[in-house]
Amino acid sequence: MKKFAKNFYIFLVFLFLYAPIGVLIVNSFNASKSRSVWGGFTFDWYSKLLHDETILKSLVTTLVVALVASVISTLLGTAAAIGIFNMKKNMRSLILNISYLPIINPEIVTGVSLMLLFVSFKMDFGYITLILAHISFCVPYVILNVLPKLRQMDKHLIEAALDLGCNRWQAFTKVTLPEIMPGVITGFLMSVTYSVDDFVISYFTHGSKAQTLSITIYSMTRRKVSPKVNALSTLIFVAVLTILIIVNVADAKRNSPKKYKKGVKA
Amino acid sequence: MNRKSRWAAGPYILWMIIFVIVPLVLIGVFAFTTDAPFDENSKRLTQEELAAIEEEYAETDEELPVTYKTVFTWDNILSVSQYLPVLFNSAWLALIATAICLIIGYPLAYFMSRFRASSQRLVQMLIMLPMWMNFLLRTYAWMTLLEKNGWINRIFGLIGVGPFEMINTQGAVVLGMVYNYLPFMILPLYSVMTKIENHTIEAAQDLGAGSIRVFTKVVIPLSMPGIASGITMVFVPAVSTFIISRMLGGGTNMLIGDLIDLQFLGNAYNPNLGAAISLVLMVFILLCMSITNQLDNGDEEMEGKML
Repeated sequence: MKKFAKNFYIFLVFLFLYAPIGVLIVNSFNASKSRSVWGGFTFDWYSKLLHDETILKSLVTTLVVALVASVISTLLGTAAAIGIFNMKKNMRSLILNISYLPIINPEIVTGVSLMLLFVSFKMDFGYITLILAHISFCVPYVILNVLPKLRQMDKHLIEAALDLGCNRWQAFTKVTLPEIMPGVITGFLMSVTYSVDDFVISYFTHGSKAQTLSITIYSMTRRKVSPKVNALSTLIFVAVLTILIIVNVADAKRNSPKKYKKGVKA
Repeated sequence: MNRKSRWAAGPYILWMIIFVIVPLVLIGVFAFTTDAPFDENSKRLTQEELAAIEEEYAETDEELPVTYKTVFTWDNILSVSQYLPVLFNSAWLALIATAICLIIGYPLAYFMSRFRASSQRLVQMLIMLPMWMNFLLRTYAWMTLLEKNGWINRIFGLIGVGPFEMINTQGAVVLGMVYNYLPFMILPLYSVMTKIENHTIEAAQDLGAGSIRVFTKVVIPLSMPGIASGITMVFVPAVSTFIISRMLGGGTNMLIGDLIDLQFLGNAYNPNLGAAISLVLMVFILLCMSITNQLDNGDEEMEGKML
C-alpha cells in the first residue's frame, strides 16, 4: 500500500509535468483551428510551418547566435578560468563574485542593464547586440565548468612538460588543454543550451532585424495563435528527446569500456 | 604558481567591466537621474514654465529655446513607493509558488534518491526534459488547458461540475510559476539527498528513532543546503517573471517584472523609472537571498551544537 501511494505520487507529478506537452503534441495533429475541439487528424500544420518564412528565419538566427556566442564564450571563459586559477586568493574571489552576478541577478535586470548599455553607446539593436548579450550570460557557465577541472589537474604535469623542453604554448596545448577538455566541452554545451533557450535577455536586446525563435514564439502567442506553434513545439520536443537519448546511450557506452580499461590497468 | 598565466584572464576582465559592471552602474545612474528642461540662460524650468514656453512657440515654426540635461533626482526612487503593492503581490505569489514547489518536490526528490542508480538517471532525465522545451510554449499549453472551454473544464463537465474560471486568475499565475520552476527545486534537493547514505538513516532507526523522527532529525537537517538553493532558484525567477503573468494572468494581475517591461519596451516608456524599479527589485532579492543563506547557516550552527 505504501509503495502504491509512492508510485501514484510520482505518477501524479509526472502527469503534471507532461500534460501540457501532451496537449501541444495532440493539438499539432488537430485539423480544427480551435484549441479545444478535435476536428480530425492532419499533418497540415507541419507543412504550413515549413513554409513559414518568419519561423525559419528566426530558427537560423537562433542557431547562428547560439553558435557564435558559445564559441566566443568558450574561448573567453577558458582563458579566463586559467587566468583566475593562477591569481592570488583575494583577487580570485573578487573576480569570481563579479562573474556570478549575471547568474544570481534576475534575468530581467540583466536584460534591462544590457539594453541601457547598448542604448548609451547608441548601438543598433540586431545580431551584434544579441550576440554580445548572449556571450555575457554564457561566459560564467564556461568558467564554472573549467575551474574545477583545473583544480583537479596535477600541477606538476605542466612543470614536467616545461622541464622536458616544451615552451609555454606547447605545455598548454599538450598538457593543460587535454586535461580540462571535458569541462570546456560541458561549458560549450551549456552555453548553447542557455543561448537557444533564452527569452528574457534576448527580448531586451534584440532588434527587428534579428529575432530569435523565442521572440517569434512570443509574438505568435500574443496575437491569435496559429496551431503552427503546436507543430513547432512537437518538433522541438522530438529533437530534444532524440538528442537526450543519443547523449545518454553514448554516455552509457563510454562508461562501460572505461571500467574495463581501469580493470586492465589494475 | 604560474604568474604569466594570470594575463589569460585579461580579455575577460575587460569584458566583465564593460558588460557586467558598467551596465549595473548604468542602472544606478538612470535610477537617480532624469532629463530636465533648461532655458537659454541655463535656468531649470518647472513644468508650468515649460508648458508656457511650449504654448508661446506652438504657433511658430521656431525651435523651442529649451535644452534637456541629465540631472540628479530622488524622484524615480521615491515614485517606486507607489508600486510597492505590486512588488509585494509579486513576492507573495512567488512565495506561494516556492512553498508549493518545496511541498511537491521534497518527497519526490527523496523517493528519487532511494531508487536504483539506473532508475535515478532516467527519472532525472525525465524531470529535465520539459526544461529543454521553450518555456513560452509550455506556458502557452497551460492556456489551452485552463481556458473556459479548455480541457480541464471539459473533464469537470463530464462529472457534472464547473465550468470554473481558471485562466486570468492569480491562481493560474502561481500554477504557471510552479510548473516552470518545479525542476529547479527538485534537482538541487535531489543532488543533496543522493549524498545521504542509507546507513545514516539505518543508524538512526537502530538507535530507536521512528520514521517521523528520522525525517525531522536526520533527513531534513542534512538536506538543508538543497532546500536553501532550491528556494533561491525558484523564488528569484518567479518574483521577477513577466511572461507567465501576462499569458496566464491575462494582463490584469500585474507583477513587478511586467512593470519594468512596461517602462522599457511597453507603452509607459520611462527608462529612468524602470531602472529605479529594477534597482529596488535587485536590493529586495539580495535581502531575500541573505535570509535563505541564514537557513543554511542555521544548519551549521546545529552541527556545532551536536559536536
